[in-house]
Amino acid sequence: MSGFDWIVPVILTIITAATPLVFASLGELVTEKSGVLNLGVEGMMLIGAVSGFMTATVSGSYILAIIVAAVAGGIMAFLFGILTLSLMANQVATGLALTLFGVGLSALMGQAFVGQPVPPLPQLDIAGLSDLPYIGPILFAQDALVYLSFVMVALVSWFLYKSKSGLILRAVGDSHDAAHSIGYSVIGIRYLAVIFGGAMSGIGGAYLSLAYTPMWAENMTAGRGWIALALIVFATWKPGLVLVGAYMFGGITILQLHAQAAGLNVPSQILSMLPYLATVIVLVLISKDQSRIRKHAPACIGKIFHPAA
Amino acid sequence: MLLKIEKRSEYSRAMVYVTPLLALVLTMLSSIVLFHILGVDPVDALVNFFVAPLNSAYGRSELFVKATPLILCAIGLSVGFRANVWNIGAEGQLTIGAITGSALFIYFPDTDSIFLLPAMIILGAVGGAAWAAIPAYFKTRFNANEILTSLMLVYVALLLLSLLIHGPWRDPAGYNFPESQTFSDSATMPILVSGTRLHFGTLLALLAVLGTWIMMARTLIGFQIKVIGAAPTAGGYAGFSQKKIVWFSLLFGGAMSGIAGISEVSGPIGQLLPSISPGYGFTAIIVAFLGRLHPVGIFFAGLLMALTYLGGETAQINLGLPVAVTGVFQGMILFYLLACDVLVHYRFRLNTARKAAL
Repeated sequence: MSGFDWIVPVILTIITAATPLVFASLGELVTEKSGVLNLGVEGMMLIGAVSGFMTATVSGSYILAIIVAAVAGGIMAFLFGILTLSLMANQVATGLALTLFGVGLSALMGQAFVGQPVPPLPQLDIAGLSDLPYIGPILFAQDALVYLSFVMVALVSWFLYKSKSGLILRAVGDSHDAAHSIGYSVIGIRYLAVIFGGAMSGIGGAYLSLAYTPMWAENMTAGRGWIALALIVFATWKPGLVLVGAYMFGGITILQLHAQAAGLNVPSQILSMLPYLATVIVLVLISKDQSRIRKHAPACIGKIFHPAA
Repeated sequence: MLLKIEKRSEYSRAMVYVTPLLALVLTMLSSIVLFHILGVDPVDALVNFFVAPLNSAYGRSELFVKATPLILCAIGLSVGFRANVWNIGAEGQLTIGAITGSALFIYFPDTDSIFLLPAMIILGAVGGAAWAAIPAYFKTRFNANEILTSLMLVYVALLLLSLLIHGPWRDPAGYNFPESQTFSDSATMPILVSGTRLHFGTLLALLAVLGTWIMMARTLIGFQIKVIGAAPTAGGYAGFSQKKIVWFSLLFGGAMSGIAGISEVSGPIGQLLPSISPGYGFTAIIVAFLGRLHPVGIFFAGLLMALTYLGGETAQINLGLPVAVTGVFQGMILFYLLACDVLVHYRFRLNTARKAAL
């Protein structure tokens, strides 16, 4: 038994590394399904991370912290919506602006909180179940957000593919002119999808600062917002595959950390490059098959909608 | 809705020039609120940000020192942005340019040839271009999104720099600090005005502005870039190759950023350090847009963004404001600019038509 003892902590850390990606990717997936490309995920995650952390340190309430993080991410996304949906700004440029702004604003907001510790998100503890060997700590001793991330994957899948509202959202993303002509509010639906994406990114960010490394540091997302964007391409816009992808990347991140800790004779910088290199390689492999991408990508992604009056 | 947005039959030329100024004014107004929240006198803060850094001749020269890498990177990015090639990895290309350019000095530290520095600059350009060639290859060969690949490579480049100066390139006489040897005179950018840090790299930036202006206005490749960017289908009918433009934009952008990198390390910095840029490659994105993707506009936008860096430092020393204010400021400018740009292609009308119909 002792030979496999390392497995449980590795799986546990993979879960914490994957959870922020699940939230951010899933949110952005809904945004993209409505035909909007928001490249500001990194910025929204940072704002979520800092506002969640600040709320937790000041109020001590994690529920409040997560709500604040979601609202903060949603507000950032709303700004993006005003620019791209109402004022018809270029989505790529505005997304970049959102990230640059988020990096700066989060650094400014978190100034006084750098280096302060906060107790990590409390974990489930069911007498008996949580103490089971191996599966106990993995299945029955996670924090609430881990369980929520799985619930959200199921909810988003159901919403997109089984509910009428999801069908409308996809219609808006695939052909905004057609959706408009049968009377759906393209802009209104896109606002909702964009704000949902922002709120989910905010929660993903808060997970980083409250559970993954319970502290705040400038730029602590370290490119995870961009990896989340790449995951959507990897998953060909399918919620279930987003989950798979997030755990794969969580795995790569954690394995390189464990390899560094184990004193593997490879410079730590090389190991730290792995998640980024993996993202590039995965993007290349998936993008190679353009027909598959075209089949699943929302047809109107990134296109500006201006109803011809 | 009370206001209706209506498409202009032709874009407004005047607005192209007005909106950057409008964005600047709105940023100033918003920053008054921001300074108020931070508990400093807004007027005092604005003076510290935008006037104090320019009070001395040295301060004015520093403006050009800081603007140099911004202008170089932004010039490179703007060519791609015009063609809808979204290279956002200038920071990584800058880092690799600094590494490849420095390599020559690191391995031949005793050379005092006058060709050392020019060779370093060329190697810097080649290194930056080679780094940008990776997203170009993946984009043209496999259709991989250049936004994500170029950005991922920024992190890889920064780690590579860290690897080198923590390892083989560390100065043996440097008390184990992660720094390279200090560059010799023949590996250092000549100073243009004594008593300042104004260096040869600034001339290179001006040259890039001029050269790119001519290229975009007078050459076939410049024309192809503009056509492909504005109307890809038309470009296709004209026989312009989309792939060629992707390659050209990325290589050009990479080379410019690479030059920015080597001009920083062999200029104001004088050695390789773990951090050689406070995000110039990212700020350059703002510079490019604020300058309307035009070389001359980029020159002025570069100076303005350089001022926000200097102002941030001045405000930190004099008022104890956090440096992060600079980032917020830069982000706000781009936000307002993109918002105001609606006025270029659209106009607002009071929505009276519907009432009349009722």
